[in-house]
Amino acid sequence: MSVVTSYARALAVREGRAQPIATVRHLHLAADPLVFIPLRLAGEAAAPLGAMVGNDPARPHLLVVPQPRNRDLRFAFMAELARIMLPYIEGRAAATETVPGKNERERYLDAPQVIVPGRGAVEFVRLLGRSTRFRRPDGPYPVDPAVPVLGQWLTYLYERTEFAGSSALVPMTEALSLHWATGQSPMEDANLATLLAWVCPPPGRTGQEAAAAAEDPVLWPPAGPDTDPGFDARVLRPAIDAYDASGSPEPVREALRGQLEPTWRLMWRAVELLRGLPEAASVGERWAMDRDRYTREVARLAEGGPPRGRRDRAGSAAARLWDMESARQSYDAQRAYDDPLVMAEHRATGKAFAGEVVHVDRERTILLPGGKKPVSRPLVTVRTADPVRLAPGKKVFSAHRRRQSGEIVESDGGLVVVQLNDQLAKGAGVPGVGDAVCFTELDLGGRIRPGFPAAEETPWTHGGPPAAYEPTDEDAEEDWS
Amino acid sequence: MGFLTGPHDPAVRTDSRNDREDRVSTSTERLDALRGGAAPVDHNARTVAALAGNPGCDRRAVLDAAGISKRDTAVHLGHPAPFGQSPFALARARSFEELVKADRCAHLLRLLRETLGLPIPAIAYVDVPQAGGQATRELRHARTRKELRLAAESAVRDGSGDGTLVDHPLLTLPVAGHEVYLDPAVLAVQAGGRFHIVEIKSFAVIDGAADSAQVAAASRLSAVYVYALKAMFAAEGIDPGLVSHEVVLVCPKDFANHPTATLLDVRLQLAALRRQLSRLTRIDRILDRLPSDLTFSLEQSPAELARAVRTVEARYAPECLSTCEMAYFCRSDARGCGSLEVLGRVTRDDLGGLDSVDAVLDLAAGDRRASSEHAEIAEQLHHVHAIYRAHATAEAVVA
Repeated sequence: MSVVTSYARALAVREGRAQPIATVRHLHLAADPLVFIPLRLAGEAAAPLGAMVGNDPARPHLLVVPQPRNRDLRFAFMAELARIMLPYIEGRAAATETVPGKNERERYLDAPQVIVPGRGAVEFVRLLGRSTRFRRPDGPYPVDPAVPVLGQWLTYLYERTEFAGSSALVPMTEALSLHWATGQSPMEDANLATLLAWVCPPPGRTGQEAAAAAEDPVLWPPAGPDTDPGFDARVLRPAIDAYDASGSPEPVREALRGQLEPTWRLMWRAVELLRGLPEAASVGERWAMDRDRYTREVARLAEGGPPRGRRDRAGSAAARLWDMESARQSYDAQRAYDDPLVMAEHRATGKAFAGEVVHVDRERTILLPGGKKPVSRPLVTVRTADPVRLAPGKKVFSAHRRRQSGEIVESDGGLVVVQLNDQLAKGAGVPGVGDAVCFTELDLGGRIRPGFPAAEETPWTHGGPPAAYEPTDEDAEEDWS
Repeated sequence: MGFLTGPHDPAVRTDSRNDREDRVSTSTERLDALRGGAAPVDHNARTVAALAGNPGCDRRAVLDAAGISKRDTAVHLGHPAPFGQSPFALARARSFEELVKADRCAHLLRLLRETLGLPIPAIAYVDVPQAGGQATRELRHARTRKELRLAAESAVRDGSGDGTLVDHPLLTLPVAGHEVYLDPAVLAVQAGGRFHIVEIKSFAVIDGAADSAQVAAASRLSAVYVYALKAMFAAEGIDPGLVSHEVVLVCPKDFANHPTATLLDVRLQLAALRRQLSRLTRIDRILDRLPSDLTFSLEQSPAELARAVRTVEARYAPECLSTCEMAYFCRSDARGCGSLEVLGRVTRDDLGGLDSVDAVLDLAAGDRRASSEHAEIAEQLHHVHAIYRAHATAEAVVA
């Protein structure tokens, strides 16, 4: 974490409510996101118990599996879920824009955004995707044709979460923790009810009091996917027994409605809170990446693309890893450029400094090694109170004029001299005396991925060319007990 | 390797045997008095693993050594811990274990042959009968010792002869100078002259990977049994090196109920456990510091009990919430005195050396002078405070 966040946590304790650690919203928020709260039967890897899902706060869909050990009921649940989720996900593929450039392509203007309560639900989405994407509508164990399609989309959504800055599948507790520091530990922040109690405590109560009350699983049931053990013993088990005896799913429905509705309300409240923050400058660029991936996935599935294999291959894994690292680097830098409170952390640790320009040498020119004509390299002297830990020669970027780079010439006793290296056409990129500036070593990245060998050229060190993945009957008929 | 003769066992190193027995008996009386007439609760591998996870907590060490029910104590104090397992999870764990052990462990034997890669021609199955009560524990422990000694002797005599599978072995472990019983939730298998602990867990291994938190917990638990088994061998004069640091973990494969086995190397957990157990302040030393009439009897009022509990120092951290029944009481106390511990280890490390919310904020605002050891963090906080005020207040206007 960071000194700023830790300071804000201490401040939250004293003030009795969560403190902001961001001035802008660092994630995309769709006009109508799909909120999805899945529940699982305790002790099982991926046995769905029920879910509340929908994109209208006033009209949640409640889905239940009245006997979670029954395989047919599980698939019926997945089919019902597909009937709600697929129109939402596939319906984003409407109007397109043309992305110009070397790799000119069409891109949908919209993409699905699914919001779940927390990390546990993200993991459950992965498992639901894994357990359904290989199924087939024909063969010995046929399933509803929509089930494997949903499995592919759930897998897609999960995989987007591996890329920093994606807003395709958002765990709400982490989205809130990105913007507010509470007076409790990060571990306790994983509880949506207590986290929100700190962010907006009811009138007359401190965050601490409100959070303590929100820990009661009877008042605020866990946001899933695991249910409260007490609820399982006292309410759920009798309800499932009643279903086994009478065939009526109503007792289970009512029990799960009571568990899910409080979380449903909290989720939409959190959506409103996030909406209250202005969107950060780079969010659009990152959402465009989500739209790009979505566009590609729609096309892939339209061509009958096979479900993702159980394991990655060497080549695609290397490319993915590169993309993940690159996304992480851009995301960390973009957030700092977009938000002075995030930059504050880098200023406190000496990776950035902000201050006022006290002197400018606009006309300075130097001869580059091997060059014949002198080139313009203005010098800017900045007075700063920040503890600068950037050595002379270090490459830095301007936070105000993105992608303008320079290098540290001298740093001594609160005065830093920076040489500007680019974006100097007609002197436009040079700040004036008295301007507020901020320089940082954080690199926005965005470089082109180096070429990795094609699958058929995978070197022997990485197992040689992999066999083409063919979905097998075994995968399609896998047990789900 | 001399397992218990190393520096990690202070009892062997410092006390003569008679002296040690005297001290154990007086501290036993002391601990019985602390419990105040209630029956002692059993230790299990989970509590030992958790104890080793927070070795600096005297409160936990005393309550556990005395066999005091932390759950009942927390309830009496008005801070019940919401621990409990779902009946569905318990049923699932039970049915999976039954499946693995069905037909005299047919599944398990197949898995052992596959995982250990050993030809096990014949294997003797011994079940140490399960029964409750303090009196029979010694008997069960004696039976466990006997069976394992026989297995070890036959292993040494015949080389890779017949295997032995001991179900529900009741092992003991010295914790803070005190012998505790571990619940017999595992199996011990001797095959090819080596002993392995076998642990059956009902979390799934999906595409060759399981939930890392659950695997970590299982490794910590297994390490406790490996440690106890090695200790028992050492006490019996058998080479503790016969006990493998590789544990056989049996779990359901993918989404089915079909078991699969994996070898889990617990050397790291074993080393951590050994280090933590040796670092545990010996219980005598903690007891010496406590008032002689102290009792944690639940006969007294909650306020009196709270006062008694507070005489033993606790070391609260948010991780306690998932491992210790007393956590909510300790958290309430820690919050009450503005301790930084409640904000988690990361925050505590970020604000290195400072221990209270007030210290952090006063140093940041410049309302307090920093001691020389805190000069650096104070300067950083002062700086953060200035930047934060400039920007967070601007944000408040926007919101």
